[in-house]
Amino acid sequence: MPDQLLFATEVVLNGFMAGVLYALVALGFVLIFKASGIFNYAQGVMALFAALTLVGIMDGQVPFAPLINAVFGTNIHGFGWTVPALAAILITMVVMVIFAIVVNWLVLRHLVNQDPIILFMATIGLAYFLEGLGDMMWGSEIKTLDVGLPQGLNSWIDEATFNIFGYGFYIDNLDISAAIIAAILVTGLVAFSQYTKQGRALRAVADDHQAALSVGISLNFIWVLTWSIAGFVALVAGVMWGAKSGVQFSLSLIALKALPVLMLGGFTSIPGAIVGGLIIGVGEKLFEFLVGPLVGGATENWFAYVLALIFLVFRPQGLFGEKIIERV
Amino acid sequence: MLYREAGDFKSSYAEDSQTFPIRLDRRAYVALVAVALVVVPFVVNDYWVNAVLLPLLIYAIAALGLNILTGYCGQVSLGTGGFMAVGAYGCYKLMTAFPDINIAVLVILSGLITAAVGMLFGLPSLRIKGFYLAVATLAAQFFLVWLFNRVPWFYNYSASGQISAPERTLMGFRITGPETQAWATYLFTLAFVFASAWICRNLTRGAIGRRWMAIRDMDIAAEIIGVDPLRAKLSAFGVSSFFIGVSGALFFAVYLGAVEVGEAFGIDKSFLVLFMVIIGGLGSILGSFLGAAFMVLLPVLLKNLLVGGLGWPTDLAAHLELMIVGGLIVFFLIVEPHGLAQLWRITKEKLRIWPFPH
Repeated sequence: MPDQLLFATEVVLNGFMAGVLYALVALGFVLIFKASGIFNYAQGVMALFAALTLVGIMDGQVPFAPLINAVFGTNIHGFGWTVPALAAILITMVVMVIFAIVVNWLVLRHLVNQDPIILFMATIGLAYFLEGLGDMMWGSEIKTLDVGLPQGLNSWIDEATFNIFGYGFYIDNLDISAAIIAAILVTGLVAFSQYTKQGRALRAVADDHQAALSVGISLNFIWVLTWSIAGFVALVAGVMWGAKSGVQFSLSLIALKALPVLMLGGFTSIPGAIVGGLIIGVGEKLFEFLVGPLVGGATENWFAYVLALIFLVFRPQGLFGEKIIERV
Repeated sequence: MLYREAGDFKSSYAEDSQTFPIRLDRRAYVALVAVALVVVPFVVNDYWVNAVLLPLLIYAIAALGLNILTGYCGQVSLGTGGFMAVGAYGCYKLMTAFPDINIAVLVILSGLITAAVGMLFGLPSLRIKGFYLAVATLAAQFFLVWLFNRVPWFYNYSASGQISAPERTLMGFRITGPETQAWATYLFTLAFVFASAWICRNLTRGAIGRRWMAIRDMDIAAEIIGVDPLRAKLSAFGVSSFFIGVSGALFFAVYLGAVEVGEAFGIDKSFLVLFMVIIGGLGSILGSFLGAAFMVLLPVLLKNLLVGGLGWPTDLAAHLELMIVGGLIVFFLIVEPHGLAQLWRITKEKLRIWPFPH
């Protein structure tokens, strides 16, 4: 194969891996949107918050240490112990469930029946709050997250491709494990929503709130459940991105990257989120590779949005979205 | 007992449809304008103008612009930062290309350029609605910022990639550049704010404003009764972008003096202005001002209180500020989803029947 084609293939494979991560974030959006009709802008910040909490717990940091120090003039930093990754992940999950309950109790309950735009704005407010809270609890410096996932060049693929094509593909072990974990997560979610009682209730609420209420499904419980699941997905996404590029503020911006993914796939479709994520991931890497050098690079900043914009002009409901029927 | 329309007789249609039908409102408005024009310029210092008044006034113009699009025409936009950048870079290119032309004219011209760009990015709104449109406008935001970052022509090939405003005067007073008089920049901006609010008020209560509101309330029904969605939506995008462009030009030329596009006109700006509009009140001119005042004054107040008063480290204060802003947004949405302007409307209703509420 010619070199150019080999490079392009490598770019596509890497884009595929990045797309899996986009899809992971988009999945959290779709879950909440389907169950409660809320477009949850805070999903990205939830991933950041989950990752921050995980790192904080693993390192044994004292929550709110800077605040306590400022108010009481003390000088505390950590408990002086470290927590194993698995236990820390469990504790973080508990934190995310508590967060879901608190959000439902303090915010969502009071905003039932408001316009979608009001709910959207509320989640932006929530995102600001959570960002401030995360920084205040754990400090705002960039942290490294290591939960024991393999990192760096996958030498097996490198060697295998070198033997076949005479050129070794660079594919990060972390991306491969992310893809595997995402696949497990999606399978798990699908199994959960198809074969369990709660899952069925979840789908019922997604279909029709009122009908679900009338057969005795508790909306409050379902909302807490969806926000908890979204928190869990955020945790997974946060761990993946955090391990890849460090736990820092820019992590919350992946929420913005997930938006065009959603638009491509349709807000209400789980397969759509995955396919959309892959299209965006591959598309932006390939575009940067082929066109980027001609126009000055960094096209990844806007390519996804412009692609989604052009796509939507032709198909406003996205790839897998329900057809929009409007009546006066 | 003072706040009554009783006894305030209107004898012409013009009087009947005036903006402030109640005498006390009218007087308060005249008094406010008089204070802003006559008293404030003589008492302000650099700190007040640069930390409070200029951002407040400039954001008020941006909020007015976004309110026309989102509040009156119902098209949610997250591209405000990008459009402000168009205004700023348009103003910069014009200022450096035509040094002799009056700065006020250049600001208006950069507004017109932004209007054209805004209409271009408004075209998809004919097909895309609601959230999808909001995300589509993100394309404008990211693409425009990228464009100004990557194409050296826009920043005149300067080494730092920044643009900085050259010195320009108006009637002998320095408006832009490194050494400006605080009161002159204040009055210059105030003139634009006054004109913008006046134009917005009159546009929104005329035929074009009614078309926008018809589209907002239900676009299909509006189309059936004869409102052309193409013209209504594009005119909303154009007018809105004009004001946003003017505010961007002022933000760069008068307020900051030198900007780096990603920092000054990033996605944060889009959200900030959207918050102003939502907290102030969608579809209200007064709301744009209240929202801008709220979002500008709150951080200044908190910073003075926490860093100045309690001696906290600045980063900690910034985190708490984020939490408080976020919390307040949620709080306001729960208590009054229609914003500060609606609170003011309720207060006025109460005042009118006070002290006998039945």
